[in-house]
Amino acid sequence: MLNYTLRRLMFAIPTLLLISFIIFAILDLAPNDPTASLPLTIPPDVRQQIRESLGLDQAMPIRYFKWCVQFFWNEPLNILEQWTGWTIGDSENRLRVISWQTRSPVVDLIVERMPQTLWVVGMSYVLGILIALPIGILSAYKQYSWFDQFGTLFSMAGFSVPTFFTGLLFIVIFSVNLQLFPSVYDTTHEVTDWASFWVQVRQMIMPTMVLALFNAAQISRFMRASMLDNLQQDYVRTARAKGVRERSVVLIHVLRNSMIPVVTVIALGVPQVFGGAIITEQIFRVNGLGQLLIVGIQGADIPLVQTLTFIFAVLIVAFNLVADLLYGILDPRIRYD
Amino acid sequence: MADGQDPRKLVEVSGLKMHFPIYAGILRKQVGTVKAVDDVTFDIYEGETLGLVGESGCGKSTAGRAILRLYDPTSGSIVIDGKEIAHLEGEALRNLRPTMQMIFQDPQASLNPRMTVGSIIAEPLLEHHAMKPKDRRARVLELMDAVGLNREFASRYPHEFSGGQRQRIGIARALALNPKFIVCDEPIAALDVSIQAQVVNLLEDLQEQFGLTYLFISHDLSMVRHLATRVAVMYLGKIVELAPRDALYADPKHPYTQALLSAVPNPDPDSVPQNRIILNGDVPSPTNPPKGCNFCTRCPKVMDICREKDPAWLDLGQGRYAACHLLEDA
Repeated sequence: MLNYTLRRLMFAIPTLLLISFIIFAILDLAPNDPTASLPLTIPPDVRQQIRESLGLDQAMPIRYFKWCVQFFWNEPLNILEQWTGWTIGDSENRLRVISWQTRSPVVDLIVERMPQTLWVVGMSYVLGILIALPIGILSAYKQYSWFDQFGTLFSMAGFSVPTFFTGLLFIVIFSVNLQLFPSVYDTTHEVTDWASFWVQVRQMIMPTMVLALFNAAQISRFMRASMLDNLQQDYVRTARAKGVRERSVVLIHVLRNSMIPVVTVIALGVPQVFGGAIITEQIFRVNGLGQLLIVGIQGADIPLVQTLTFIFAVLIVAFNLVADLLYGILDPRIRYD
Repeated sequence: MADGQDPRKLVEVSGLKMHFPIYAGILRKQVGTVKAVDDVTFDIYEGETLGLVGESGCGKSTAGRAILRLYDPTSGSIVIDGKEIAHLEGEALRNLRPTMQMIFQDPQASLNPRMTVGSIIAEPLLEHHAMKPKDRRARVLELMDAVGLNREFASRYPHEFSGGQRQRIGIARALALNPKFIVCDEPIAALDVSIQAQVVNLLEDLQEQFGLTYLFISHDLSMVRHLATRVAVMYLGKIVELAPRDALYADPKHPYTQALLSAVPNPDPDSVPQNRIILNGDVPSPTNPPKGCNFCTRCPKVMDICREKDPAWLDLGQGRYAACHLLEDA
């Protein structure tokens, strides 16, 4: 298993390098201009100078190489220095990946935005799983019962109604009409005591639930299908013939085997959590990573978009590996050697 | 019984019917039933092996599963070890499971792929007996010895074994609770011929050792001849003939049994060519069995009455029974 993991990690390096190049090339081909959003009164020669100051006059391969140096060498060194307190070389003048819009290092921006995204989107993912698993298990066990029909309807609705619609619907119902929850997420709010914790919970409920319902719809379908598949298996009949309690039949024999594909689906979905939920974050004004990315794209902030997208790519590659490893742990028939 | 003793009846099945409803259409209306087992009656004496033979799809396996209440039978009575179990539910039924066990046809699919051999065999003990972990472990190893599995295999998973070894795991699991009655549902059909003999011999040894009673379901007539005390022949959900083994193989009474036995291959190439009875056509659908005798569509000796009236279950003496109009006159 260790050898397998190391080998996969080794293969991941060229994959990721290639991905980073493709992202860079696509961004370079995109017809956007970082100076486009500046006032029209700025004369063209000044605009040209601004572009040159951003390094846009250089050839694409050179700019890519510079980004690589900044991201793969300078930033890790920087993080290492921050952790250990050492000074390695000329750390004052070391070039970092700088956002063109905000003039601050991209990594700092990401670190700033990460907590909001993890809280809201991460929590919604966890909640979604917690809702989905019981629904999936029960609807499979009682296939075609009213509960199953209702669960199917629920997941079809959750699946097909987009989050920008449910989000607005939630705002209309719970914020405007019932005045239960705030419609805007306050990023500056700090949790210091129970009262402020309650405020935090209230402002998290709506964005979290909107996303949780969407996630739950997906995962409950996988869970149901996988359970149905395993409920038909011969070893379930064997377990019943042994005289195993129905509870154990379902929870031990069926559920554990059904979890194999579901866990994989869940693991593969985790990168999306870090990616943030662009639409939901926009609706509830959550200053998360998704929002950061959308602003970066609008302003043609190439270093920011490049870095964020690349980090998502790293997460996707990493969680693919995690899913494969989980598969190996959960299913004794799979051996990686 | 023919040997003069009067052994106890361990299993008494009477009028067992297992019908599966067929639903169709938008409103899922019931449009018919598959009469997989249709009015089956037989007894199994303690310590004997009753062979249940018949061609594919005749309801052998369904009958075996219904007797162990892995299905809910449509009607009829099943008495095992003095207890009527045909309509028991839940805990009451579960508490009777130790008496009756099953060995399944597919030794791969019937073992949970995520459990080690040790835990597969230990699970019935865990469910039905309060045992110390140490005693349970000892019992598992003892069972593995009994079925001829290496003790070191306890921590391995089913997929690491060959078919014959897997079937031994299934047998050890079935034996774990000291059952009295075991339904062997084509336990050798999925195995190599060389392994079949091993498993059959193992079943025989275990029967002797633990005083087991078997219902041995098979379509392999020579294996049944080797193993069974009495043989029941099934056709399209009904038992057409039931007789002590030697009598049945020497002198089959029912035309279907005669046809079945004539189809057994003879390994001696120099022997006189057998006079095979070739049946034409297919088995009728159990959804819509023919009027009268179920066998009337293919019977070489069919008479007019066969298409009209269902033959009665006749006692032919010496423990022989058959259902055929031909035998009524005799």
